[in-house]
Amino acid sequence: MGKKLLIHNDKVQGIHTLEVYRAHGGYASVEKALKTMTPDQVTDEVKKSGLRGRGGAGFPTGLKWSFLAKPEGVPRYLVCNADESEPGTFKDRYLMEKIPHALVEGMITSSYALGANQSYIYIRGEYFYVARILEQAIREAYAAGWLGKNILGTNYSLELSVQVGGGAYICGEETALLESLEGKRGNPRIKPPFPAVAGLWGCPTVVNNVETIAAVCPIVNMGGEEYAKIGIGKSTGTKLISASGHINKPGVYEIELGVPVEEFIYSEEYCGGIRNGKKLKAVVAGGSSVPILPTELILKTAKGEPRLMTYESLSDGGFQTGTMLGSGGFIVMDEDTSIVKNLFTFSRFYRHESCGQCSPCREGTAWMEKILHKFLNGTANESDVDLLWDVQGKIEGKTICPLGEAAAWPVAAAIRHFKQEFIDIAKSKKFNDVSHYNRLNKIAK
Amino acid sequence: MSSQVHGAQHFDKAKRAEIKFSDAAMETVKTIISRYPEGKQKSALLPILHLAQAEFGGWLSPEVMDYVASVLKIRSVEVFEVASFYTMYNLKPVGKCVLEVCQTSSCWLNGAEDIVKYIEKKLNIKAGETTKDGMFTLKTAECLGSCGTAPMLQCGASFHENLTYEKVDSILEKYKSEGKQRNYTDLDYQNTL
Repeated sequence: MGKKLLIHNDKVQGIHTLEVYRAHGGYASVEKALKTMTPDQVTDEVKKSGLRGRGGAGFPTGLKWSFLAKPEGVPRYLVCNADESEPGTFKDRYLMEKIPHALVEGMITSSYALGANQSYIYIRGEYFYVARILEQAIREAYAAGWLGKNILGTNYSLELSVQVGGGAYICGEETALLESLEGKRGNPRIKPPFPAVAGLWGCPTVVNNVETIAAVCPIVNMGGEEYAKIGIGKSTGTKLISASGHINKPGVYEIELGVPVEEFIYSEEYCGGIRNGKKLKAVVAGGSSVPILPTELILKTAKGEPRLMTYESLSDGGFQTGTMLGSGGFIVMDEDTSIVKNLFTFSRFYRHESCGQCSPCREGTAWMEKILHKFLNGTANESDVDLLWDVQGKIEGKTICPLGEAAAWPVAAAIRHFKQEFIDIAKSKKFNDVSHYNRLNKIAK
Repeated sequence: MSSQVHGAQHFDKAKRAEIKFSDAAMETVKTIISRYPEGKQKSALLPILHLAQAEFGGWLSPEVMDYVASVLKIRSVEVFEVASFYTMYNLKPVGKCVLEVCQTSSCWLNGAEDIVKYIEKKLNIKAGETTKDGMFTLKTAECLGSCGTAPMLQCGASFHENLTYEKVDSILEKYKSEGKQRNYTDLDYQNTL
């Protein structure tokens, strides 16, 4: 049983209330930070912990915090990115729904470290009911004096509120999120300047993912060095993994970074193996944007070493033979799955979610969906595989924000590892969706 | 970018004059605006559009958008450019219950297409259409964050997960018998896990 720091109390009755959360040691990090540490000391502990952004990019959190500009007389902001929309990812929703105070506590401790007196949680609009749960937790925290003026009798004050979005994946990109928080279309900004210098309303701003902010609480409580002992190498601490697809036990699992992928898929503690006794075909390990890997490459690296659930091991071999930990959206596909059809759902998604600002992304995502549609209706030629490869290559690296890469990578990886599937469809002029047998009757309980 | 096609809706001055938030909604508007610094009230636009959509029949007419602009003291075009960007705002009338079936990867792997087909047959409409009685609109949606409980559909604030045909039957029956407009802002959401 690995160590759990974030959702170890998720099954406790009433843990969503302040009273029960507090009885289980909640808000200890706020007490410790505000009463015994300076803001810079909190940042130092986060640096020492080796915590990396849990939203997908994996950028060191302490470093990001240290970039925050601190000009005199200008307000600074902490904004929590709860716009969880990466297909395959639902961990933040779980955390906020089950233990909302974990995020509120993390927001207070982190805001103190950054010197922010006004912070926002930007949550995707579809999670409206989760926003209600967070707002209730915030009301409780205000009533008990954890938020508002002079928290715990110190001279630190913090206002915290939730803002719901309007339904746009792109608002998970931090500058698009800030635009949206300002009441505008979610068009990503050109960088530099980075939000650390000019963010919300032009003021210095840090944007962090829900899980990242929640992880600050155990880091402050146990100390950065202790936290860094969990995990392997530069992959420190625990990570929430959203497991879905053709597995026996889909759900959110908190793992110590370093669990072997094979153990994660097959052990009863986690996914419990492939459903209906089928064989594993492929895995998308870190949300829809990261390269899909076939069984042999997801279980073992090209060097033949066991693949581990860490930032480094999953990316071992680069994109030729590796992938990324990303957001931890772990999608498992059985032997009957059509990789081409699954890719089509991804490409349709990116076409729908492109903000339309950059031509390579706006036009390219639409073309990729169209070409893939030709495969599904049996009109594709073998040359369309090359065309698809060409289009994805013309998006990558040519856009303001990483949505371009996010749309291109899954296409490139599907062709790289499953080219024969595309060619077979093109040759036979027929798409036989074997993956589309009646799943519903098979799983009806 | 929202894929909604927004044909030029006729702007009706008489209708515009009738549009006004209820006192309760106006209180909520004030609370939302108070979350932002002085002069930054435009930030309240997204939450207030949700409120307006719930208050004025489930969609945002040109008159409603013009009204929201006047409440926030911004230009109408600033409201329209936002409303037309985000998928959750309806720029055309919809049924009382909008059924949004997620169709992305994990949901597809678990039979989302069968759910869409089943609802299409049951309600005798295609995805994107509204039933003749104005009760249901069926839409497909992109990843709604229920991948571990796929397939799923969202209706207003409620998430209906681990769908089966039987579950779909009972959901539709319940909504139909209640006959209420369902909104994202509803407090009586339920999650049927």
